[in-house]
Amino acid sequence: MGEFFHVPSDLQHSYLGLVGWHLEEALIPVLAGLLLALPLAQLCVRLRWLYPPVLWVTTVLYAIPSLAFFVVLINWTGQSEITVMIPLTLYSLVVLVPAIVDGVRSVPEETHAAATAMGFGPVRRYLQVELPIAVPAIFAGLRVATVSSISLVSVGALIGNQGALGNLLADSMFYHRPILAVSSVVTTAVLAMAVDALLVLCRRLLTPWTPPARERGRGAPVSVPAVAEEAR
Amino acid sequence: MIRFESVTKRYPDGTVAVDGLSLEIPDRSITVLVGPSGCGKTTSLRMVNRMIEPSGGRILLDGEDVQQQPVHTLRRSMGYVIQHAGLFPHRTVADNIATVPRLLGWDRRRARSRALELMERVGLDTALARRYPYQLSGGQQQRVGVARALAADPPVLLMDEPFSAVDPIVRKGLQEELLRIQQELGKTIVFVTHDIDEAIRLGDMIAVLRTGGRLAQYAPPDRLLSAPADAFVEDFLGADRGIRRLSFFTSGGLELSSAPVVGEDDAPPDLPTAPYLLVVDGDRRPLGWADPKRRAAGDRTLIPYGRSFPAERGSLREALDSAVLSPTGWAVAVDGDGRAVGVVSQEAVAAAIRAAHAGQGGAPEDAEPAGVR
Repeated sequence: MGEFFHVPSDLQHSYLGLVGWHLEEALIPVLAGLLLALPLAQLCVRLRWLYPPVLWVTTVLYAIPSLAFFVVLINWTGQSEITVMIPLTLYSLVVLVPAIVDGVRSVPEETHAAATAMGFGPVRRYLQVELPIAVPAIFAGLRVATVSSISLVSVGALIGNQGALGNLLADSMFYHRPILAVSSVVTTAVLAMAVDALLVLCRRLLTPWTPPARERGRGAPVSVPAVAEEAR
Repeated sequence: MIRFESVTKRYPDGTVAVDGLSLEIPDRSITVLVGPSGCGKTTSLRMVNRMIEPSGGRILLDGEDVQQQPVHTLRRSMGYVIQHAGLFPHRTVADNIATVPRLLGWDRRRARSRALELMERVGLDTALARRYPYQLSGGQQQRVGVARALAADPPVLLMDEPFSAVDPIVRKGLQEELLRIQQELGKTIVFVTHDIDEAIRLGDMIAVLRTGGRLAQYAPPDRLLSAPADAFVEDFLGADRGIRRLSFFTSGGLELSSAPVVGEDDAPPDLPTAPYLLVVDGDRRPLGWADPKRRAAGDRTLIPYGRSFPAERGSLREALDSAVLSPTGWAVAVDGDGRAVGVVSQEAVAAAIRAAHAGQGGAPEDAEPAGVR
C-alpha cells in the first residue's frame, strides 16, 4: 500500500502535495471559466442573435486538442501551470455558457413579469431574481466542467511535468512501475467524485427552495413546470 | 382615477393590440376588462404601469400622464397580480410578500411584520411564512400573490387573470376573498379576465373588448346583462344572461309563507291549500317536504328539498334556483343561521321577477344591485 502513495523524488512533491496541486490546476480554470461565462451568458440572453455564434465558438475551442494549445501557448507562457490552465478555462465555457443561459431563461415568464411590475430594474432583477433562480442549472454545468477539468489536468504532464497527478502516469512509463499509473488514475477519479459530492452539497445548501423531486435529478432545472409553458 | 384617452398599441409588424381605447376607471371600485384572447385586455392593463408603452393616446393617473412619471416609482405604487402568481421560487412566502416594501427601503423587521399582517388579511396561515412557493397549493400561491401586491398598500391594484389557473372551487373562494378584501380596503382595481362569469361576479364596471382591441361596451354588470350593446356582446355573455341578471335583484321582497313549516314531531296542521309541508327539526333547520295527507296517515317519509336560499341577503336567481331544484316546486328560504323562515312557490318567484323587471322601467342602470352577486 505504501507503493500507492509513494511519489518518485523527481516529481518534487509528496502524494498530498500532488493532490493539492492537481486541485489547484483543475479548479482555478473552472472558476475563471465561470467568471467569463457569467457576463458572456448574460449577453447571449440579452442579445438572442449572439447565442448561436458564441455556442459555435465555444464548441470549436473544445474541439481543439490541448496539445495544440500547448504548442501555441508555450511561446508566451512557457512550460508552466498557466499553459495548462488556459485551455482548461476555455474548455469549461462549452458547458458553462449554455448552462447559465438555460438557467436564466428558465425563469418563468410570469415571475419575470412580476419582478418587472414590482419595479425591479434590469440589474437588480438579474442579481436578485434571474441569477438565484439559475443556480441549480449553473451548478449542473459546474459539476460537469469540474469533473472534466480534474481529468484533463493530467495532460499537463506532456509539457515538463505540469500535470500534477498526471505526472505519475509519465513516471509509471519511465520507471516501469504500473502502480504509479494505478495511483494516478484512482486518485484522480476519487478526487473527481469527492469534489462533485461537495458541489452537490453546496447546491443543496444554496437552494433550499427547490422541490425534492429535483434533488434526485442531476441538478438540471427539470424545468420550470408545464405551467410556464402554458403561459407562453 | 385612471383614465384611458384614445389609447392605441400598434406593434412594428402592424398588428394592433389596442385600438383607440377610452375608459374612465372609477376610484375604489373593481373595473373588469373582459374579452376573448387577442382583444388587448392584458396589453391595456400593462400600459397602466408602463410594462408596455402605448403608441398613441395617453393614460392619466389622477390627472397625470403615467408616461411622465419615473417608471420604477410608478410600478411600486401599483400592486400587480399575475396568472400562476409569478412568485419568486427562491424566496420564502414572507420574503415574497415583503418584496416591494424592501424595494421601497423598509427595514427587514417592519417588512416582515407587514408580510405577516397581510398573510392574515388574505386568509393564509402565518405558519406558512417560512415555506417556499413549491410547498404551497395553487390557491395558496395566488393568495400570496395578492398579499404581495398589497404589501406597500398601493392605491391601485392591477390583476391579470389572477384566478384563471386554479380549479373552479378554489377560484370561487379567491373571488369571495377578493370581494371581502375590497370591502375592507377600497382599492382601485383593474382586473383582466376572459371569463365573463368572473367579470360579472367581481366587476362594479365591466369593459367588454373585442378582438383587435376595440371597446365593445363599458357598463355595470346589470346593465350589460339587460342591454348588451350589440350581437358580439350578447354572444359573449352567453345563452343564460336573463337568468344571470336575476343575481342583481334581491330576494328580500318575496312573500314567504311560513304556515306550511312544521316541526318534526308536531301534528300536521289543517291546511287544505298547502300541497306540501316543510318539516323542520328542533332548530328549525329544514329536513324535507312531506305530503300532508300521507303524513296524517302516519307516513313519515320526506322528500328532499334540494337547496335553500338566503331569505334577506339572497337574490332572485338563488330563489328561482331553489324553487326549480325542489321536487315540489317550492323554494325554501332560510335566515343567516340556516333556519327555515318560509317557503315560496315557483309562481310567486316568477311574479317577483316580472315585478322587478317592471320596477326598472327600462332604465336598468338606476337599479340597486343586490348585495350578493
